[in-house]
Amino acid sequence: MSDQAVSALPGAEATGLVTVREMGLQGMVTLRADLSAAARAVQRVTGAAMPGVRRIEAGKGCSVAWMSPDELLILCDRAGADRMVFDLTEALTGQHHVAVNVSDARAMFALEGAPGGLRDVLSKVTPADMGALVPGEMRRTRLAQVPAAIWFEAEGAARVICFRSVARYVFDVLAMSARPGGAVDYH
Amino acid sequence: MLVLTCPYCGVAACETELAPGGEAHLKRFGPGSSDEDFEAYLFLRPNVKGVHFERWRHAMGCGKWFLAARDTATLEVFGTYRAQTSAPPPEIVAAIQAKRPDWSLT
Amino acid sequence: MSTRLPTGGRLIDRTAKIAFTFNGKRLQGHPGDTLASALLASGQTILGRSFKYHRPRGVVASGAEEPNALVNLGRGPTHEPNQRATVTELFDGLTATSQNHWPSLEWDIGEVNAALARFLPAGFYYKTFIHPRPFWKHVFEPFIRQSAGLGKAPDPKHQDPDRYEHFYAHTDVVIAGGGIAGLQAALEAGRAGATVILCEQTAHWGGRAPVDGVEIDGQPAEDWINDTVQALEGMENVHLRLRTMVAGVYDHGYVIAYERVTDHAPDPDAPRHRLWRIRAGRIIAATGALERPLSFPGNDKPRVMLASAMRDYLVNWGVSPGDRTVVVTNNDDAYRTALAIKAAGLDVPCIVDARETADGPLVQEARARGIRVLTGMGIANVKGLRGVVAVQLGRQAGEGTVVEDVVCDAVAMSGGWSPVVHLWSHCGGKLSWDAAGAFFRPDPDRPPTNQHGEGFVVCAGAADGALHASETLENASTTARKTLASIGKLAPDAAVSKATAAAEAPLAPVWIMPQGAGPKKRAKMWLDFQNDVKVSDVQLAAREGYESVEHTKRYTTLGMATDQGKLSNINGLAVLADALGEDIPRVGTTTFRPPYTPISMGAIAGEARGAIFQPLRRTPIHGWHEANGAHWEPVGHWRRPYCFPRKGESHRDAVNREITATRTSLGLLDASTLGKIVVKGPDAGRFLDMLYTNMMSTLKPGKCRYGLMCSENGFLMDDGVVARLDEDTFLCHTTTGGADRIHAHMEDWLQTEWWDWKVYTANVTEQWAQIAVVGPKARAVLDKLGADIDLSDAALPFMAWAEGRIGGIDARVFRISFSGELSFEVAVPASLGRAFWDKLLEAGAEFGATPYGTEALHVMRAEKGFIMIGDETDGTVIPQDLGLDWAISKKKDDYLGKRAQERAHMTDPARWKLVGLETLDGSVLPDGSYALAEGVNENGQGNTQGRVTSTYYSPTLGRGIAMGLVLNGPDRMGEVITFNTTKKTVKGEAPKTVQARIVSPVFYDPEGEKQNV
Repeated sequence: MSDQAVSALPGAEATGLVTVREMGLQGMVTLRADLSAAARAVQRVTGAAMPGVRRIEAGKGCSVAWMSPDELLILCDRAGADRMVFDLTEALTGQHHVAVNVSDARAMFALEGAPGGLRDVLSKVTPADMGALVPGEMRRTRLAQVPAAIWFEAEGAARVICFRSVARYVFDVLAMSARPGGAVDYH
Repeated sequence: MLVLTCPYCGVAACETELAPGGEAHLKRFGPGSSDEDFEAYLFLRPNVKGVHFERWRHAMGCGKWFLAARDTATLEVFGTYRAQTSAPPPEIVAAIQAKRPDWSLT
Repeated sequence: MSTRLPTGGRLIDRTAKIAFTFNGKRLQGHPGDTLASALLASGQTILGRSFKYHRPRGVVASGAEEPNALVNLGRGPTHEPNQRATVTELFDGLTATSQNHWPSLEWDIGEVNAALARFLPAGFYYKTFIHPRPFWKHVFEPFIRQSAGLGKAPDPKHQDPDRYEHFYAHTDVVIAGGGIAGLQAALEAGRAGATVILCEQTAHWGGRAPVDGVEIDGQPAEDWINDTVQALEGMENVHLRLRTMVAGVYDHGYVIAYERVTDHAPDPDAPRHRLWRIRAGRIIAATGALERPLSFPGNDKPRVMLASAMRDYLVNWGVSPGDRTVVVTNNDDAYRTALAIKAAGLDVPCIVDARETADGPLVQEARARGIRVLTGMGIANVKGLRGVVAVQLGRQAGEGTVVEDVVCDAVAMSGGWSPVVHLWSHCGGKLSWDAAGAFFRPDPDRPPTNQHGEGFVVCAGAADGALHASETLENASTTARKTLASIGKLAPDAAVSKATAAAEAPLAPVWIMPQGAGPKKRAKMWLDFQNDVKVSDVQLAAREGYESVEHTKRYTTLGMATDQGKLSNINGLAVLADALGEDIPRVGTTTFRPPYTPISMGAIAGEARGAIFQPLRRTPIHGWHEANGAHWEPVGHWRRPYCFPRKGESHRDAVNREITATRTSLGLLDASTLGKIVVKGPDAGRFLDMLYTNMMSTLKPGKCRYGLMCSENGFLMDDGVVARLDEDTFLCHTTTGGADRIHAHMEDWLQTEWWDWKVYTANVTEQWAQIAVVGPKARAVLDKLGADIDLSDAALPFMAWAEGRIGGIDARVFRISFSGELSFEVAVPASLGRAFWDKLLEAGAEFGATPYGTEALHVMRAEKGFIMIGDETDGTVIPQDLGLDWAISKKKDDYLGKRAQERAHMTDPARWKLVGLETLDGSVLPDGSYALAEGVNENGQGNTQGRVTSTYYSPTLGRGIAMGLVLNGPDRMGEVITFNTTKKTVKGEAPKTVQARIVSPVFYDPEGEKQNV
C-alpha cells in the first residue's frame, strides 16, 4: 500500500552552483505543548533532549526541532510517524497537548555544495542571515514568497522544508538561484 | 523597511517576515457594552505621531503575535514584548522614558 | 571634431579593438572605453536631442550625472531606452541609437520648438492645455503623447530574455564609493574587524584621484589605490564589489545596491543585474562630489562640457573633445583641466575666470605654461549651431556686452563642486549650507536615525565637503573610526597616508554669467539640460508665486527624471533664492529620493517572473488535472480545475455535462484545497463557541456541523463544516482561500486575548488530499473499492464522519454535501491522494465517474441555495442578511461579531436579504446586475433595491437561476422586479432590462431527499 505513496516532487533534482534535490517521503510530527513540562516525555519517546530556542537536537533515529515556544517538529522515518504520534500522545497523557502527523503536508529539499556557495544560493531568496546560521540551528523565514524552514545538517549540506503545495515553486526558485553563472562569492 | 526582534524566538526579523496587526492593548467590548464603548473598541484609533504600541505577527517565522513600542515618526523601536499582557510592561515603559522623558503612559 | 589622441588613456587597452554601432554606423573603440568615450573618439559629438526644445546635445559629464547622452541600447528583446552612454561600458557588438528626434539626429523637425521657446515657458502645459475642455482628448493629449518622453519603450511583444536576481546580505558597514575616501574608510573598517561591503558604481577603484594628479605618500595615487585594494582583498571580513551602485538607503539600515553583473560582457548564463538587499549597521557614503555647470548663454551646446569630465576623457580614455578649448571657471580646480589639455598637446586659448583675482599655485602654473588667464570675465555667448565655433567674452560684473571673441571648438566649464549627499538624505539626514564652498554638506547634528535612535549614515571625504585631496583621506579616516566606534568596532591606531595636491584658492559663487544678463540671455542659460529648464523659467516661477523649492521643481520640472538634482540642484535653487530675495539655506533643497540613478525593473522583480512570478499552489492531484485538460481557475494561490472540457466541447458544455453526470450517477471533485485546522484542548469547545456563530461545544464526537465565522465587525468571513474528532479535538474546515487566514485569526485570539485558555491549533490543510465522491452512485463506488467502514445511511448518516480504510488506504469519511446529492468527502494522506483518485476513477468507470470542476461545484451549490463566501458575501454582509439565522445560536452570551450584529445598522429591517431569482424568460441574469427602484438618489443616479450575488445556467432545471440580496426580499416572494443589463442600448430606446421573479433560493430538492439516502 505504502509503495503508492509519493512525495511532492519525486526525483526532482537540479545541479548548478549547488545541487538541489527533493528528499522524498519524510516523516514529520507536529507537537504543541508546554515544552518544559513535556521535555521528559519527549526525551523518552524521541531520545532527544528538549531543543533550545531555534535548535535541532538529534534523537534515536529522529531529530527534534524547536518551532516556537510551544511547538516542536519531529523529523522521523515516514513509516514511523503515526507511531510517533501515538507514543507522544501516550507519553503526554494528562497533559494538554496536540500531536499530529504532518508528514504529507510538507516537502523537504537537500541542497549540497561548497559551504560558501550554498549560503550564497540561499541568500538570493531569503532575508535571513545565512552567514549567521550555524549547523544545529533552524531558521524559519521567508523563501522568496513563501514560508520555509532552513538549516544546515553540516557545512555544505542544507535542508529546506516548505508546504507541499508550493514544492514546485520552491524547487524552481532554488534551482534558479543555483543556476551556473550566478556565483556571488560573498560567503 | 523595519527590523523587529521577535521576543519568542529572538530573531531580528525583516518587515517582510512579519504581518502587522494594528494598535495593541485594545480592551475588548462584547455584548452588553454601550454603543460608544463598542464603537471606540472597533474603530477609534488615536493614530499618534510618536510613541505607539502595536501588534505584529512573526508570520514567516514562529507564528507568534508580539507587541512593539515604536515611534511612528522616527521609527525608533523602544522594545518588543510578548503579547500576553494588557499593558506595556515596566521595562518597556522605562525604555521609552529613557529616550522620551516627556512621554508618559496615560 | 572630438578625436582619439595618439597616446594616453589609463583605462583603455589600445592593443585591442571593439566593434559597435551607433545609429547603424559601424564604429570602433577599445576595451575600457565607455560608450561615451568611444563615440567622442569616433568624432560623434551630438548624441541626442533635448526633451522639450529638441536642441542638439552632446556629452556634458563623464559619469552617472550625465543628463544628455541618453541612448537606446540593444535591439528587439534587449532594447532598453534612456541608458547613459557615460556609464555604459563598451562591449563587442553593442548597438546604440540616439533618442528624441525625427527624422534624424542631425536634422530634427522638433527643433522648431526651440524657435518657439518663448512660447514654451515654465508651466506651459498647465497653462495652455486647459481650455477649451473638449480639445484635451482630441487635440492636446495626442499631441503631447506624440512628443512626450525620451527614448522608446520596449516592444511589449518581446519578453526580456535576461534574468535577474536579488541577494540579501547582512553586514556591519556598507561603504558606498570606491574612491580614495571609500578605500580609506574600508581600510579602517577592515582593520577594526567589522564586516564590510564596499561598493563602487564604476568598473574601477580610486575615483578621481588619479585623474587629478593626486599624490599619496609621495607616490602617484594609483600606487596607493592598488596597494589598498590588494590589502582589502586580503581581508576576510571585507567584500569588494565593482559595478555596484548603492541606490538607496532606507529605514533601519536597509540598503539597496544595484550590481550590473553582465552589462559590460553579455553572458546568457549569468544574471544581468543583481539587486543587493543589505542590512547594515552603518552606511558610510564616500560618494564624492559632482561638478556644477555654469549658467552662461548657450551653455547647453554640444562640446560645452564640465571641466572635470573633459579631464577624465583626456586622462582616462585618451580622448580630446576639441582642439581649442576655452576653460571657464569660478575656482582653481578647473585649471587642472587647462593644464591637462596643454599636456596633451592641444590649445587652451584662454581661461575665463569669473573671479576678480586668481593667483593660486594652479593659476600660476597655467600662466607659466603660457595660458592666457582672464579674470573678472565670463562667457556672454557661445557661437555655433551644432557645436562651438567661438565664445564671446564679457565682464562677469556686467550685462554681457561682448569685449572679445575667442575662436574655439570646445568649452570646459566649472561652477564649483557639490558633495553627493543623496544617501545621507534618503532617510531624512539634514543639510547645512557651507558658504565658503557654496554647497550643502551633511549636518552632523541631524543625521538620519535608525531603530535605536542613532545616526546610521555618515558621509566621508568629498561627500562630507572635504573636497581637496589633502583633507579627503584624513576626513575619511576620522569619520570611519568614529562611526565604527559607535557600533563597538575599534580600529587599531595606524598612520593615515598623506595625500597631496596643488593648493586651491577659494572659489567665488557664480550663479548667473554674466551676473547682470538681461532676459534674452537668461532664456539661453540652461540649469537642467535634460528637462530643458533655464534660468528664465525658474525666475518666472518665482514671479508667479512659487516660493517653495519643491513646488518650483514640479512646476518647472527642474531636477526631475533621472537627474534628481545631480547637476541642476544647487544652481537652480541659487537662482530661485536670488529671485525670491532669500538666502540659499532658507530656500533649502528639494528632497533627494532613491534610487541615486535609475535601476532596472528586472532587478526590482528579481527571480519573480515567468513560472515563478508568484507561488502557485498545487494539490496532490494537480498532475492528473493537468494531464486531462483542466481549464484552470485561480483561487488564491491555488490553481483549481474550473472544468474538464473534452475535445470540441465548450466550457459551458463541459460544466453542464459534469453537473448532469454528478446528479444522475457519480461525480468526483478534488476538494484538497479546503482548509483543515485541528483545534484541541479542554477549552476547545468554548473557543469554537466564540469563533463560530453557532454552538460547537454541543457537537458529539463522530458528528459534523456547518458553522459560520464572523469578524468582530459582525461580517461573515468564512464558513465550513466542523467535525468533532474526540472529546477535546475538533477539525475545522475552512474555505479554499481561508485556511491560512482563519488559522491566523484563531491564533490571534488565542495568543492575544484568551491566552489562559487551554487550546492548541494545528493547520493540517496540506496533510490531506480530500475528494468529494458525489451522486447517487457515491456509496456504490466506495463499497466497490472495499471499505472497512460501514457506509450505510444507518451507520453513517448525513452529517456524520468515520475513519477506517477504503481501497486499502487510511481515510476519514465525512458524510457532508455541498451539492445536495448523496456525498462522501474522503480525506486520505496527501501522499496517497493521487493513488486514491486513480482508484476511484477505475472503480467508478462503470458508473461513468466524472471529475468536475469549480464551476459545476458552484452551479450545484446555487441550485441548492447554499451560499458561497466571496459571492454572497463581500465584507459587508452579515449572516442574518443571508437567512442564516438558524446557524446563529440564541443561547450564547457572546461570540465574535455578536455585539456588532446588535448595532442599529445591522438590525435595520431595510437591509437587503437573500432570495432566489428566476428570470421570466429563463435567461441567465447578468453577473452583478442591480434591481432597479423608483426615483433617483442625491447624485441623480437611479435608485436600486437589490443586486445579484450569484447567477448561473442550471442544466438540471434547464434555465437561468440566481441568488441576490433584495430589499425586504423574503417578504416579497412571487413579486417580479427589474434588473439592469450591460446590453448595448439602441439609440432612442430605453436601456435593456430583464425581469425576474423573487423565489426561494433553494431551486432543487428543497426537502433534501437526495442527500439523505
